[in-house]
Formats: sequence, structure tokens, C-alpha cells
Amino acid sequence: MVTRIMNWFDDRLPLTATIERHLTKYPAPINMNIWYLAGVLLVVVLVIQLASGIWLLMNYEATAEGAFASIQYIMRDVEYGYIIRYMHTTGASAFFALIYLHMFRGMMYGSYQKPRELLWVLGWLTYVLLCALGFTGYVLPWGQMSFWAAQVILSLVGSIPVFGEELLTWIRGDYLISGITLNRLFAFHVVLLPLALIAVVFVHILALHEVGSNNPDGVDVKKFKDEDGVPLDTKPFFPYDVMHDLYAIGVFLIFFVTIMFFYPDGGGYVIEYVNYEAADNLKTPEHIVPSWYYTPFYAMLRAVTFPLFGLSAKFLGFVVMAAGIAIFVALPWLDRSPVKSIKYKGIYSKFFLALFVVSFFVLGYLGSVTSTPGRTLAAQIFTVTYFAYFFLMPFYSKYEKCKPVPDRVSLS
Amino acid sequence: MKKFTLALAIFLSSFFFSLGLSAAAGAPCGNYLSSDGSTKGECEEAYINPKDKASLQRGAQIYMNYCLGCHSLKYARYKRVSEDLEIPLDMFQANLIFGDQKMGDLIQIGMDSKEAKQWFGNTPPDLTLEAGLRGADWIYTYLTSFYIDDSRPLGVNNKVYENVGMPHVLIDMQGIQRSVCKQIPLIASNGGLKQDPLSGELLTGEKCGFLEVDNNSGELNPEEFAQAMLDLTNFLAYMTDPMKVERESIGTYTLLYLFVFTMLSYLLYREFKKDLH
Ligand code: HEC
Ligand code: HEM
Repeated sequence: MVTRIMNWFDDRLPLTATIERHLTKYPAPINMNIWYLAGVLLVVVLVIQLASGIWLLMNYEATAEGAFASIQYIMRDVEYGYIIRYMHTTGASAFFALIYLHMFRGMMYGSYQKPRELLWVLGWLTYVLLCALGFTGYVLPWGQMSFWAAQVILSLVGSIPVFGEELLTWIRGDYLISGITLNRLFAFHVVLLPLALIAVVFVHILALHEVGSNNPDGVDVKKFKDEDGVPLDTKPFFPYDVMHDLYAIGVFLIFFVTIMFFYPDGGGYVIEYVNYEAADNLKTPEHIVPSWYYTPFYAMLRAVTFPLFGLSAKFLGFVVMAAGIAIFVALPWLDRSPVKSIKYKGIYSKFFLALFVVSFFVLGYLGSVTSTPGRTLAAQIFTVTYFAYFFLMPFYSKYEKCKPVPDRVSLS
Repeated sequence: MKKFTLALAIFLSSFFFSLGLSAAAGAPCGNYLSSDGSTKGECEEAYINPKDKASLQRGAQIYMNYCLGCHSLKYARYKRVSEDLEIPLDMFQANLIFGDQKMGDLIQIGMDSKEAKQWFGNTPPDLTLEAGLRGADWIYTYLTSFYIDDSRPLGVNNKVYENVGMPHVLIDMQGIQRSVCKQIPLIASNGGLKQDPLSGELLTGEKCGFLEVDNNSGELNPEEFAQAMLDLTNFLAYMTDPMKVERESIGTYTLLYLFVFTMLSYLLYREFKKDLH
């Protein structure tokens, strides 16, 4: 019976073939480690965000007058509305935590190198979309921090020379941040950006299944195949990885649920305390800080304190900040190392990767506190070291001495 | 690689730990001096319990009598409060609802915000989410820190919120509180108490800014007043997060379920893994 139904479909749709290719028979390297879980968990969080988002949408009101109160309506009067909302806020932070781990995995194991350049670019695109989703979503509750973060970020557009001011007014749809601005950010957050994200994630995974997964050794598992043409150092995705992933999803959800139900504010990082106050365009909060996942880039923005070539410091800061996000896309072409994995790369690659991690975290800290002259200097130094990882890569990755790469994967 | 992963994990956790510390730092409570004079600007800790219904009921009572005149709770509804705090509807209706509001209504007030601004210099804010904005410790310390200050238009000031526009509405309850100076033991550079090197007597110095209530000037004694303010703080914390108790109990069941699910999936995974090698 089942076979007959499947046959009926297979004559009209490549159903079995698709399932086999992408799920049951997808060959996954046997030496994948914990870093390889972030991708699966990102898909889980994507589903969580879509589901909770739809439910929030049923009661949210996208007007300057009603937005803040409608969130409280969801929290108080909607049956289990608070669970839906906390799911969505916790999900946003989890999304960024995972995407950073996921990207770092790629940087460690050289997963962006040939033939995975396009896979990497698509991944980077999801990151840019996620940044936009995070920003637009953050404005929706229309609290004090929503309003002022929108004010600060959108005002960057106004710093663009010549036509900046007019562009800003066009984007805001008003001379100030207003309900009109809220409405368009809302449209982006609930329609355009999620649609784009889903599409890009889909293609990201298609691309992955075309070129196959990399692994911690960075060796090509397709070199050695058995009689059936299945790479030797792989295992089928089902049941081995599915079981493994299920277990990992369980562990992840334990963390997720703990935050969601017991520490929904996340100590002020998941939901910022200032956002408990409704937006007030006459009252600037003492410190305007972005969500934790943007703080490294916010620190870069503030690190540029001097005008140059007739361009304002603000505009230059904006450029540096955007470059900090954009630069990841260039990695496949910056890395000239003959080996992929950091395991076999030379000492310079190891040093610069470590420097990048330290810079990222220090900038993250600096972006979350008020600036003092000393902190600004620190932010300038670490902005330079952050970019050094990227801009010096063509040199250090080419001229350093690498370790010999084994033919087959090692199981350590 | 294992070592590297481990190092990174340690690095990450210490980073988030330090982030947490830095978020807690600063002087959230203005000029408030702790009763032993050792810290300034740190809030007093409010030991409140969202499960203590009696405390919440007392807090609601104080709020409705002393605060609702100026501060709305406009995101909450009477009916919900009465159900959650188990205040019988009719009693609630008789004692706590003023004017012509209905049980299902949001707890709003009739004060005109422009006029209020003229009277007090600032509009009294809505307090539904105050405990989220400031934290329970801040509210508790604020409520216990009003003191007599003749230089202010209303004759009172507040240690936590310098030059506050709010009158000391609980002055009959608390009595006359003043900011006073005291002789306190000096702390030596080694952290111990400073002594006179010859006589061995403890050295003292004058420190100002302590809060002291005139004896028997209020309806409540200091302990009773502190408890009343805890009740009020508890009520405001409930206002911000009315689901806390329910949420944590659902959370516990969800976690239990996830533990079982994770255990089972681990065992299953281990079974499958056996025939890989
Ligand atoms: C006569 C009107 C009035 C009454 C009654 C009143 N307040 Fe206030 N309250 C104010 C005003 C005005 C402010 C704003 C002060 C300012 O910003 O300078 C304020 C501020 C506050 C704040 C600080 C808000 C913030 O975060 O800035 C808290 C907390 C507060 N009141 C609690 C209470 C409580 C609890 C009661 C009942 C015991 C109460 N108030 C009764 C007028 C009042
Ligand atoms: C919504 C966001 C994303 C989702 C849902 C997602 C999903 C996935 C999944 C399921 C995998 C396979 C499992 C794994 O190897 O971990 C994967 C692999 C990969 N992803 Fe992503 N990803 C996202 C964002 C990104 C980003 C931002 C980048 C990089 C800029 C990226 C780069 C890669 C690379 C290089 C691989 C292959 C890694 C390897 O085989 O070593 N992805 N992704």
C-alpha cells in the first residue's frame, strides 16, 4: 500500500529521490563534532521563530499608539500569550548565539574554501537578513529602547554625504521616527525578511547537499569510496545523525526552556529593562545600548571619533560597522592556505583566529557599556585587530608552514 | 582540538559571567546609604515572595488607598487582580475600586497629566511595569527613603531619587524621617577597625546621610513599616510579572518532560551508534 502511494507520487514528483538525497542517504562525515550541531539547531530556532511570530501577529497592533499596550495585552490577557512572546524573544537571542557559533565553525575548519564558497556566501546572506530581522523586530514593541535604537541606527543613514538627509526622510516616511516608520519596519519584519530568510536557508541547504559537508580535518571524504560509490568516511544521515541530532535538540531545548520560563529577561540581555517603558520621543534614555548581539559592531561605530577626507566621523563609523559585518563574505577569497582546517594550518593562522575571537568579545563588551576615553581607545585598537584577521589573511595564510594533512579523517 | 573547544567554552562562560557583573554594577540607588554606612548607592534587597498571597493582598490594599490617586496601572485589569490575589469580587468592588469603573476595565485614573506636571514638576508615571524598569530592590529602597528637606517645595526629598516630585504620601504611616549624621567607627586600610595607637580606643568619624525616624511619630513602628513597604513592593512586582508563579510551574513540567525525552533519545542514539564501528 505504502509503496503504491509512493510510486504514484514518484511518477509525478521526485519524492523518494529527494528524501533519499537530502535526508535518508545524505552522507555525513563520521568525524563531525559538536560544532556541527549549530546548523541543525538554527533550523529548529527558525521554526520556533516562525511559529511564535505568527501567534504574536494575531494580537499585535502596529501603531505608535497601540503597539506597547498590545504587547502587554499579549503578556496578560491572551491565553498563554506570555509563553509565545518569551519564546520569540528568547529565540531571537538563541538565533544569534547559534549563528555566531555556526560561522565560527566555518572559520575554524575552512568550510568556506573551495568548493563551498557559494554555500558560505548564502550563509552570510542569512546572517545579514537575520541582523535586519533583529533590528526591525526590536522596534516593534515600541518601548523606550525600541524607539531610541531605531533613532540611532536610522540616523546613520542621514550621515551619508550629500543625499543622506533626504534618504533618511524617505526611509522614515516622516521627519521623525513615528508610527509611519513603525509600520514599514513591521512590514519588513513579518513579510519580506522572513520570506527572504526561508528562501536563502533553503538554497543554503541545497548548496550544502550539492558539495557535501566539510569536517574538522578539512579532508575531502569523497576521495575514497566503497563499491557502491558511497564515501568511506561517512555515515548515512538517517538514522545515525537524526538520532544524534534529536539528542542534541533535547539538550538545547533544556537550556532554551530554562531561560524562557525562569529568566525571560535574561538579566537584561534578552529583554532590556529600559524597554519596560513606552516610547517617549521627548525623553532620551541615559544609555542607548543595542541588543547584545550587535554590540561588537556598535563598538566599531563609536570607535571612529575623527572626521577624515571631509567625511564625518559618524559616516565613517557607519562604514566601518557595515564593513565589520560585510567582510565575512570575502573569506573564501582572502584565505590562500592549501589546507582547510585550523588543525593543520600554521601558527599565524592560529594566532590571528585567536586574535579575532578576543577582538570580537572585547568589542562586544565595549559596545555594551558607556564610552570613556580609555574605552574608546580600546575599541579603536580592537577594531584594528578585528580587521587584521581578515586583511592580513592573504599573506599569513599563504606564507606560513602548514602541517601535513592525512588522506582520511582522524577520529580523535 | 578538544583542548581548544574546552578553552573556548571556559572563555565564553567567563565572558558572560563578567557581562552579568558589569550589568549589575553602577550606583542604581542614588545617594542611598546602607544602615551601617559601608555602601552608598546600592539598593536594599527586597525579600519578596510572589506566592505569599496575604502579603500581596496587603500590598494591593495600600496601593489602592495611597497610590492609585496619582499612579495608574493601565495595562492591568481589576478582575484579573481580584482573581489572582483571591480578593473576593464584592469586597474588591466595595473597597478598592473608585469611581464608576467596571471589573473588567483596565486600572486607569482620571488625573490630567498636564496639570499633574504643573503640580509636581513631573507626571506620575504608570506603575504597571515599574518593577521591570527599576527592579523590586529599587522600588523598596525608594519607598523607604523619603526624608524631611525644607529646601524642597513639598518639604521632602528622597535618597534614591534626588529632588523627586512625589510627595511623601506615607508620612502618617512612617512618621518623620530625617537625614542625620552619625559617629561611626573608621575602617583602617587593612580592612579592620581603626584604633588609636596609644589608648587602643576605636577611632570614629562623622558620616552624614543616615536615615532615622523620630520616635513614635508614625502609625507604624519601623519594622511594621518596612514590612508594609515589602508588601507594596511585592504587589508592584506581581503587577509587572503576574504570570511568574504559573510560568515557573509550567517551566518545571516542561523541563521534566525534556529530561526524559533527552535521556531516551540518548539511549536510542547509543544503540544506533553501536553498529557503526
Ligand atoms: C500626589 C500624587 C502621588 C501619589 C499619591 C503617589 N505618587 Fe509616586 N510619584 C508621583 C510623582 C509626581 C512622581 C514623579 C516624580 C519625578 O519624576 O520627579 C512619582 C514617582 C514615583 C515613582 C518613581 C517612578 C520612576 O521610576 O521615575 C515610584 C516608584 C512611585 N512614585 C511609587 C509610588 C507609590 C508606591 C505610591 C503609593 C504609596 C505613590 N507613588 C503615590 C506622585 C505621586
Ligand atoms: C538562518 C541561518 C542558517 C541556517 C538555518 C543554517 C543551516 C545550516 C545547516 C542545517 C547546515 C548543515 C549542518 C552543519 O554543518 O552545521 C549548514 C552548514 C553550513 N553553513 Fe549554515 N545556516 C545558517 C547560517 C549560516 C551562516 C551565517 C554561515 C556563514 C556565514 C553559514 C555557513 C555554513 C557552512 C560553510 C556550512 C557547511 C559547513 C561544513 O560542512 O563544515 N551558515 N548550515
